[in-house]
Amino acid sequence: MALLQVKDLSIHFGGVKAVQNVSFSVDAGIVYAVIGPNGAGKTTLFNLITGIYTPTAGTIHLDGESIGGKSPDALARRGVARTFQNLQICMNMDALENVMVGAHLRLDRNLLKAALRWPALKRRDCELREEAAELMRFVGLHDYINTRADSMPYGALKRLEIARALAMKPRLIFLDEPAAGLNPKETIEVDALVRKVANSGVTVVLVEHDMKMVMNLSDRILVLDYGRKLTEGTGAEVRRNPDVIAAYLGAHT
Amino acid sequence: MTKNPFIGLYIIMTVLLVLPFVLPNSFYVDLAIRMAINAAIVLGLNLLIGFAGQISLGHAGFLGIGAYATAALPTHFGWHPLLALVAGAVAAGLLAAIVARPIFKLKGHYLAMATLGLGIIINIVARNEAAWTGGPDGMPVPAMSLAGFEISGDKHWYWIVAVMLSVSVWASLNMMNSPFGRALRALHGSEVASKVVGINVVRYKVAIFVMAAMFASIMGSVTAHYVGFVTPNLADFFHSIELVTMVVIGGMASVYGSVVGAVLLTALPQALAAFEGWETVIFGAILMLSMIFMPKGLVPTLAAKFSKAG
Amino acid sequence: MLAEFLQFLFSGVTVGATYALAALGFTLIYNASNVINFAQGEFIMLGGMLAVLFTQGGLPIPLALVLAIALPALVGVMVEKLAIEPAKDAEPVTLIIITIGASLVIRGLIQVWLGKGTFSLPAFSGDEPLQILGATLMPQSLWVLGVTSIVVVALWYFFNRTPHGKAMLATSYNREAAELVGINTNWVLLLSFAMSAALGALGGILVTPITLTSYDVGIMLGLKGFVAAVVGGLGNGLGAVVGGLLVGILEAMGAGYVSSSYKDAIPFVLILVILFFMPRGLFGGKSTDRV
Repeated sequence: MALLQVKDLSIHFGGVKAVQNVSFSVDAGIVYAVIGPNGAGKTTLFNLITGIYTPTAGTIHLDGESIGGKSPDALARRGVARTFQNLQICMNMDALENVMVGAHLRLDRNLLKAALRWPALKRRDCELREEAAELMRFVGLHDYINTRADSMPYGALKRLEIARALAMKPRLIFLDEPAAGLNPKETIEVDALVRKVANSGVTVVLVEHDMKMVMNLSDRILVLDYGRKLTEGTGAEVRRNPDVIAAYLGAHT
Repeated sequence: MTKNPFIGLYIIMTVLLVLPFVLPNSFYVDLAIRMAINAAIVLGLNLLIGFAGQISLGHAGFLGIGAYATAALPTHFGWHPLLALVAGAVAAGLLAAIVARPIFKLKGHYLAMATLGLGIIINIVARNEAAWTGGPDGMPVPAMSLAGFEISGDKHWYWIVAVMLSVSVWASLNMMNSPFGRALRALHGSEVASKVVGINVVRYKVAIFVMAAMFASIMGSVTAHYVGFVTPNLADFFHSIELVTMVVIGGMASVYGSVVGAVLLTALPQALAAFEGWETVIFGAILMLSMIFMPKGLVPTLAAKFSKAG
Repeated sequence: MLAEFLQFLFSGVTVGATYALAALGFTLIYNASNVINFAQGEFIMLGGMLAVLFTQGGLPIPLALVLAIALPALVGVMVEKLAIEPAKDAEPVTLIIITIGASLVIRGLIQVWLGKGTFSLPAFSGDEPLQILGATLMPQSLWVLGVTSIVVVALWYFFNRTPHGKAMLATSYNREAAELVGINTNWVLLLSFAMSAALGALGGILVTPITLTSYDVGIMLGLKGFVAAVVGGLGNGLGAVVGGLLVGILEAMGAGYVSSSYKDAIPFVLILVILFFMPRGLFGGKSTDRV
């Protein structure tokens, strides 16, 4: 059964139809990529599914439950995590704390216990610190475990966001251009990281421009153009599709 | 965290313990009490401004609610002062809850404007409803009593306030490194990121606003009982600005910064009294200069310097 | 009945024009720098107080008035250079505190220099009130409205038809882009503070014959001007003018028909109502955050 099912999803901003009648489904456990030229509506699609925008038409179902128009924090409760094209890191906190925030929903958020330094809470916090450090090692940030977020380089911050998303123990993770702004070496490292994440059982949906990375990683690919679905299929199918070649791939690979 | 953050608290508690025996006369004890009260208020306000990154330019209004509740309810209706204190806190909390939800859906300057408006309205009501509040000249406050024992004078209030301050500092330090505290700071850092990890941003903002309001109300009641008199000046725009300044100068999101900021800015008018007539100019100049050269506030700036040297 | 209504309307529109000028000042600075200038009210005060100082000091009236507008403009530039520029990247709360500090310094200096007294200016064209449909209208009110209208039209022309004005608008939309096409954004910032202060000072001068002036009139005028700017939609020039007039009229109506002791509370109740139901103000646009 498909984990995520999107049907006839649309949104317009004033006169701009950013996403029009897009339908696709994502099975659990796979790596699903969304590609398309700039302005095709990929991030908007992400924003629709992760609750940042409310659709003007269409439905989104997660494990059979309708989630269209739900708020981001409601989606977080349903195991949906995401990273951002424009980094959303809390620069006022430590790197470790950024990751710990990801585990927010799994903790006792009771204010009174916090103020009174409830021992169980303290213990859980110590455990969480260890867990967060472990996650940072998982994404390759062992050098930055004791640093503040505002002293980390761009590439490291992109991975920090992934660590934070993983701290949510999600079942579905949206990665919005994880390799954007990275040099070739860093891109290979992110490629390996995304594969690691997928292998750990999380369903991955990613937006990426780097075609090599997309073709390597993805089980299925959705191609968008001008907010509409151009085609969908495996990497091999998509490459052969004449519309895709015409609109997008051009002389690549 | 390698350093024990509670060392500062131990220092504060020691100072509080020793102070009454060291201070030359009751003028200084009075000053110390005012400093401690302001520090407690500022701790609450800092949760809102420093941690959660919101702005409140009308906080003194909540002080006024607590102060007038504890003055008017016993005087006009015969309520027990402690009950009046609780009633004031509840009223402040309710008001904050009603106003907060629609307001916190806005950002930045709109929030500043709304809190500003609220504070001014409370002040004007206090000034006008002379039958209940004594008008611009204010009204006397009956003494607080606990189980028949009357609490009055600086000897009693010093210890009560000292305990309240210590507990507030302790609780704030605890909160900072808890899921709740981290959620607040994340809110400040990136609202979008907070939402996607499951933080209900509006609910947290409302919660912290209500908390800060209720706490201010309680301290307002304490001030009223200690001074024995309450005037609308307690709840005016200047006082709100003074409080915000204490937060910002001491250091936003710094627990000890709040204490330092409160101590310094409570002492400042006394120090400036020598410069008859020039207080406004000097106060304004100090505000400008410290914000330009030490925007992070005193405590974080000094802490950064020490950690670089060490 | 009608006479009473008109009376309140006249006084409301008169004071509303002052609020409108103050709101325009807030809007100018906010557009150029995203800063809320809490010292705006003090520019209004400076206009009135300096006009009194210079006319009583024997200067010919035209010169006195020009100086009473030029000097605050200079003060505005100083505030920008000494207070805003050094702290450009600070958090909004910090910037608000800085401008509040600036307002205290300005107000404190005037208090030390000119004292705490209340002063007035002679009305520009005499005190003989006009009778319109049973209500009295002071000639000074006509001055206030007339000059404000001219100023608003002039500003509209400046921003929409002259290269300098368009440069300022461009800076308010996207500072970096403006710099990239060669606009000196530092100059734009200085100019916006100067213009803002001049507008405020002008309003202060115009209204002093009616409402008098003293060292502390700036506080409430500034706050209400801020309310007007937000009511109209922060950053929107037309909104500032409409907001100012609306605040003034509602205040006068409220004071007249409901309760005069709560006069000062009315603008702030209004702002809460507006923020609850129309948070972007009357003319503010919708905006979406890109993530």
